[in-house]
Amino acid sequence: MAEKYIARSKAIAARMLGGEMMVMSAADSTFFTLNDVASAIWQAADGRTPLSEIVAGKICREFEVDRERAQRGADRFVDELSQHGILLVSDQPLIDSSGSLESR
Amino acid sequence: MSLLADMNQKALDLGLPLSVHLDITYRCNERCVHCYLDHDDHGEMTTAEIIDVLEQLADAGVFFLSLSGGEVLMRQDFFEIVERARQLLFNVKVKTNGVMIREKEAARLRQLGVEQIQISVYSHRPEVHDAITKLPGSLKRTIRAIRFLKSHGLKVSIANVLMAGNFSDQQGVIALARELGVAYTLDPTITPKMDGDTSILALRIPGSDLKQIFHNQELVGNVEEFCAPPLAPGEDVMDGFPCSAGHTACYISPYGDVFPCVQFPLPSGNVRRQKFLDIWRHSPQLNEVRSIRARDLPTCSTCAHVGTCTRCPGLAYLEGNMRGPSTADCEKSFQRTGIPSANMLRRAAAYTGPLIQIQALENSSPIALFQSEASLLTA
Repeated sequence: MAEKYIARSKAIAARMLGGEMMVMSAADSTFFTLNDVASAIWQAADGRTPLSEIVAGKICREFEVDRERAQRGADRFVDELSQHGILLVSDQPLIDSSGSLESR
Repeated sequence: MSLLADMNQKALDLGLPLSVHLDITYRCNERCVHCYLDHDDHGEMTTAEIIDVLEQLADAGVFFLSLSGGEVLMRQDFFEIVERARQLLFNVKVKTNGVMIREKEAARLRQLGVEQIQISVYSHRPEVHDAITKLPGSLKRTIRAIRFLKSHGLKVSIANVLMAGNFSDQQGVIALARELGVAYTLDPTITPKMDGDTSILALRIPGSDLKQIFHNQELVGNVEEFCAPPLAPGEDVMDGFPCSAGHTACYISPYGDVFPCVQFPLPSGNVRRQKFLDIWRHSPQLNEVRSIRARDLPTCSTCAHVGTCTRCPGLAYLEGNMRGPSTADCEKSFQRTGIPSANMLRRAAAYTGPLIQIQALENSSPIALFQSEASLLTA
């Protein structure tokens, strides 16, 4: 299977509120709150690290979940957010797409 | 509960400032007859100061950022400010008159991912709109800006402040908004000037016009429901607070002054001298605003409308007491339901007897009477 690279879109607003990441798409004003796992994927979406590496290196380790289950959840999450233009997905690194965003 | 309401509740529980309205300038290229601002520059924050404030706001947890003025585009660093705000991932709304927005500016706003642009339109007729802004040609330029912004896919809304002089053009502005494909909001609120001058309140629309608005299905939806008599308030209402001012929202002026709201000019600190979070958490003024519950309002807690009134504590403050009624909102509640507010009844009762009572006081001098009253007041 081809590798996935994910990056945060510039057309979003986001902020951490009480341990949950709030994300709003400027394109369609869809509003999401991300749980701990989704927030961790979101924070790691630098366009350079493959999704599989984020899952193995961060999600499985921090949340003590098996790799297969974590990968399925991450794929679903990425699919949904990419449909709303909140995450950009490519089979190539997305070097410049999120470099200037500061997620706080 | 919607995600947004849930987020609001969480911010309230955590004591976080979810929304900030930041005026980056009071300078303006229009001179609207109802404007409450002093347009001279008395020492606006520099670009570096504003960017530092934005970084502090992001760290404090602010999500919704309204950039307004004055006219925001009077600042040459406007786009630099928006760019930094967007890098910090704020949901940015810009309020403008649009006069200085052309193709290039519209494209840049879109590129930066601004959520919404709110533009003031007072009439669909140039002679009325331009007479209010005192800038000839302003309506034409504002409409041109809306078209540029729309063509770039930006979300635009028209804000229609209603006054006696433009009330009859309201339907024309609604039709214009439809033609342009943008949202329409009306606002019948005229506030005193920031220096306390109340002369512009004479521009307010009369009660009969308010009634017409509140009974217009197109504007309020279900009229019967919207104008229904208020229900008896429950304990939750009496323990509630009137609005987000100071609770999850605040206002920052171009000079760094922090207030509970743009409409609530209670000085609460200054970001040039203190960190924003210190002001937000420890300002005695903000903490006082936060402490007030409906049951603490001497007149309003006894009012039939206490649970449904749009009472603005800022307007009440401008009338002299943040715990008092806001008469403009008393009028709205009355025109909406036909039921007078407690404040209206109290004021009417004050005029049922003679305005002055004269009684001879034996063995009393005027000074003794004065002393007696003073001691009663301080007892």
